[in-house]
Amino acid sequence: MDEFTVSRIFINLLIATKWTIILSIIAFIGGGIVGFLVALMRISSIKWVRGISWAYVEFFQGTPLLLQLFLAFFGLSVAFGINLSPLQAATLALTGFTSAFLADIWRGSIAALPIGQWEAGSAIGFGYFKQLQLIILPQAVKLSVAPTVGFLVQVIKGTSLASIIGFTELSRAATQINNVTLQSLLIFSLAGIIYFLLCYPLSTWSQHLERKLSYKA
Amino acid sequence: MNYSFDFGVIWDNIGVLLAGAWLTLKISLLAIAFGLIIGIIGAAFRTSGNRILDWIALAYVEVIRNTPYLIQLLFIFFGLPNLGLKLSAEQAAILSLAVNFGAYSTEIVRAGVQSIAKGQVEAGLAIGFKKLDVFRYIVLPPALANVYPALIGQVILAVLFTSVVSQIAAEDLTFAGDYLNSRTFRSFEIYFTIALIYLGIVWLIKLMSFFIERQFFEFAKYRR
Repeated sequence: MDEFTVSRIFINLLIATKWTIILSIIAFIGGGIVGFLVALMRISSIKWVRGISWAYVEFFQGTPLLLQLFLAFFGLSVAFGINLSPLQAATLALTGFTSAFLADIWRGSIAALPIGQWEAGSAIGFGYFKQLQLIILPQAVKLSVAPTVGFLVQVIKGTSLASIIGFTELSRAATQINNVTLQSLLIFSLAGIIYFLLCYPLSTWSQHLERKLSYKA
Repeated sequence: MNYSFDFGVIWDNIGVLLAGAWLTLKISLLAIAFGLIIGIIGAAFRTSGNRILDWIALAYVEVIRNTPYLIQLLFIFFGLPNLGLKLSAEQAAILSLAVNFGAYSTEIVRAGVQSIAKGQVEAGLAIGFKKLDVFRYIVLPPALANVYPALIGQVILAVLFTSVVSQIAAEDLTFAGDYLNSRTFRSFEIYFTIALIYLGIVWLIKLMSFFIERQFFEFAKYRR
């Protein structure tokens, strides 16, 4: 049996951290794509499209991420025969979670622009998507960068809950090592430090971006 | 695939769910109350002008905001006993959530405090208020009124976070779901219903927040 020294524990946690990072990237990309579509739906002029996207955002923002994970992992399998691996279920739930919040951030950035920007676009003969692509999005992206980076921290922290449906990332590795060694204080401190090292630079970057933006404005 | 949905399992076990929902509300309320006190003290530290107090509060905020709640919960429930502090699942749940909510509300309340014009503080000092009384009676009420919506948003996130305490076997709403799931295997019905109950709680908070705002922060409307 291996001896669990501090450095051994730390190395094992670092190996598992790889999956925390991978899952975060997957969730961010998936959530970004879906979130963009939902944000467009939220500002649509068609009522039922707005309704559906509103319900989508309300569900994913108004229910715990843990329940979303349970529904994806246990619920789909029992009710619909869709058996997802922990990684697939985590991808699905985290994509839903991330997309709902990103959609809200991005919708807010678009709504923050004066309506005259759209009108100017239509006055020079641009269609809806031309207005969006050439006039609205370039400005909205600038507004949304800081909160988007800030939300990435929430995504990384959110991936820790994937441990509960059995996906082995940093938190699950910590729990498993804890079950063997019972050095809880040490292990969860180390796990916390690793999460901190992942999240703190992003938080700082987000705050920096926000300051830069408010100086310009 | 011919699975027939049976939400009857919910009605048959409504007592279990209600008991779980009750604990979820209890943990949320206590944690938010304690957390708000921590947040107000933290905001006072952050705006005190004392560099050491400011640094302590900032370090606390950054550590909590940049680590997952799950790790904070496990640290308190499994880690603190290593130091001789043993807590029940319920106590650990309330403490960890209060510490978590405290960090976020520190930053929210700080923003509110900094939104108050300096002249208000100077006026208070000029008529002979002590520094602490200025903070309590002059700065804090309008500061809270200014950041009230952000605070409510954080309250909602805190309530949703409580679902994680099921992992240390605190018998909250999500734990009730796990229990029923392991007995009936009606995973979809159970977890979907529970998700909707959380959504109902969230809507209730939004509704209540409207009345609380009218009750306590009406004064702020006419100030500006």
